[in-house]
Amino acid sequence: MKKDSWSRIRWNEGRVEKVNSIVCTKEVPDTESSIRINSEGTGIAEEGLKYVANPYDEYALEEALRLREKFGEGKITAITVGPQRAEETMRYLFAMGADEGVLIRDDEPQKRDSLSVAQCLAEAIRDMEYDVIFCGKQAVDDDSAQVGAMLAELLDIPQATVVTKLEVADDKKSALAQREIEGGLEIIEIQLPAVITAQKGLNEPRLTSLLGIKRAMSKPIDIREMNIPEAKSKVISLERPEERPPGRILEGEDAGVVGELVDALRNEAKVI
Amino acid sequence: MAGIWVFPEQRGAELKKVGFEILSVGRKLADKSGEELGALLLGSGVEMLAPELANYGADRVYLADSADLEDFLTEPYASVICDAVIVNEPSILLFGATTLGKDLAPRVAARLGTSLATDCTELDINDAGLLAIKRPIFAGKLFVNLVLENAKPQIASVRPNVIPVQENPKAGEVVKLEGRIDLSQVRTKLVEIKKEAGARVDLTEAKIIVSGGRGMKGPENFSILEDLAAALGPEATVGASRSAVDAGWRPHSDQVGQTGKTVTPDLYIACGISGAIQHLAGMSSSKYIVAINKDPDAPIFKRADYGIVGDLFKIVPLLTEELSKAGRE
Repeated sequence: MKKDSWSRIRWNEGRVEKVNSIVCTKEVPDTESSIRINSEGTGIAEEGLKYVANPYDEYALEEALRLREKFGEGKITAITVGPQRAEETMRYLFAMGADEGVLIRDDEPQKRDSLSVAQCLAEAIRDMEYDVIFCGKQAVDDDSAQVGAMLAELLDIPQATVVTKLEVADDKKSALAQREIEGGLEIIEIQLPAVITAQKGLNEPRLTSLLGIKRAMSKPIDIREMNIPEAKSKVISLERPEERPPGRILEGEDAGVVGELVDALRNEAKVI
Repeated sequence: MAGIWVFPEQRGAELKKVGFEILSVGRKLADKSGEELGALLLGSGVEMLAPELANYGADRVYLADSADLEDFLTEPYASVICDAVIVNEPSILLFGATTLGKDLAPRVAARLGTSLATDCTELDINDAGLLAIKRPIFAGKLFVNLVLENAKPQIASVRPNVIPVQENPKAGEVVKLEGRIDLSQVRTKLVEIKKEAGARVDLTEAKIIVSGGRGMKGPENFSILEDLAAALGPEATVGASRSAVDAGWRPHSDQVGQTGKTVTPDLYIACGISGAIQHLAGMSSSKYIVAINKDPDAPIFKRADYGIVGDLFKIVPLLTEELSKAGRE
């Protein structure tokens, strides 16, 4: 086998060991949704939206499942801060294979920001047993991409963000994480426990099975009330992107049409 | 002592373009609020970059030059920045919203117990003297205007390619940051950086993106988009829609859209992309959009500044030829 960075990891095939993971998740509107502003102008209109688990969280959970499959056993706990409704996305993660859930009940999620959510998660996670905390690299609603790194800081553990490949050493003391950086990749060695934030490409999340869905119904969700800090981040208003003026549509497949386009890009738009 | 601070990142002693963008916007904010602009310069053997930072508006350059800062690692970088912030108490701290900035800024914010706005596209000072922030949410389906209250400092990361760069020579007095880094306490280690061989500029930094979707019909056909990007120059690159990525035609890192990258090039050329809502979200902030698609009813045409209804397999090579011809003249 070719010796490369990945050979730094110590292997000890065949031994069954326990590995515990925590997967942080958030319910978000489905990415196919068109998002409207509510009547107050400071939040989104929730009517008619379908909420799903944040897509990046599925990569996070899938990696936790694969890690457990590699080691043989262990517990996977999904945790979220959200309204009661978030129980449904939790059940979806159960159907994929998570064992139990913690729902920190928050009926006013619009009053939170990443710091207040990370503070809540840290408080809940502090007493739990874990080797790795997995998060999505960002939630596709507010696109803040902050909670993972903030949680790592608050728990005083290291972080690897936007991870596209992960190998945990058999002693569970360290891992190699491949991160996406501009124009390339970076591989870091990280001590465990750590926060890993999942980027698309890390794995291919499994589909849920009927049996999985059935089992999900009986898995426990610990619903907690906590004092959730209020956000420092204050929304003033939401707005729609500026409307684009109607474009110029050309028809044809010949050099004349292409010449017209190039001329417009060069002399009107001045972008080439 | 207050001040507005920016963190222009460098890799391999080369400043990223977004560094000049945050200096430019930081300068504007500093002038408006009557504060100094400070630039944090971290790395190894990077002191010679200080005059460049001064040239783009830094009154002071806070320098931490140490062999221990040669590779970017979250923990030592966060420590140096937090220590400097605690001593100097800037009111605002700006990062570039790059993979490095997005890794570092939340760690810094959490340690300082303050909040952060990611990927900002507009920054100003409001009447109350607070940082007025505009940033996209839902990958650009909407924008939010916000402020960070009781946030010391107010931290924001700025989306690359949005803020115009402006020279504005200032003194750039170098202030050396004291403090030791104990690498034995650092829990990560850089093993390797793999640059893609012959890779074009990154999607988030590209001035021009030529993007392909399901209409490309297969991975082999992306070569015509590569050729077009090459004809458009070194600041052009190739992207893809989710369907092209999910089909395995292109790597995940090429994906534009709500579960991929949100991009803001000057020119986005969508080839064989119908324009699913989650794709439109990721590229609608492009300054100019060109759509090439044989379906005249494709939603992408509603967002396009220029469109050609026709066969992309005929049009794209003609476009490449036309541009190469112009380049030779």
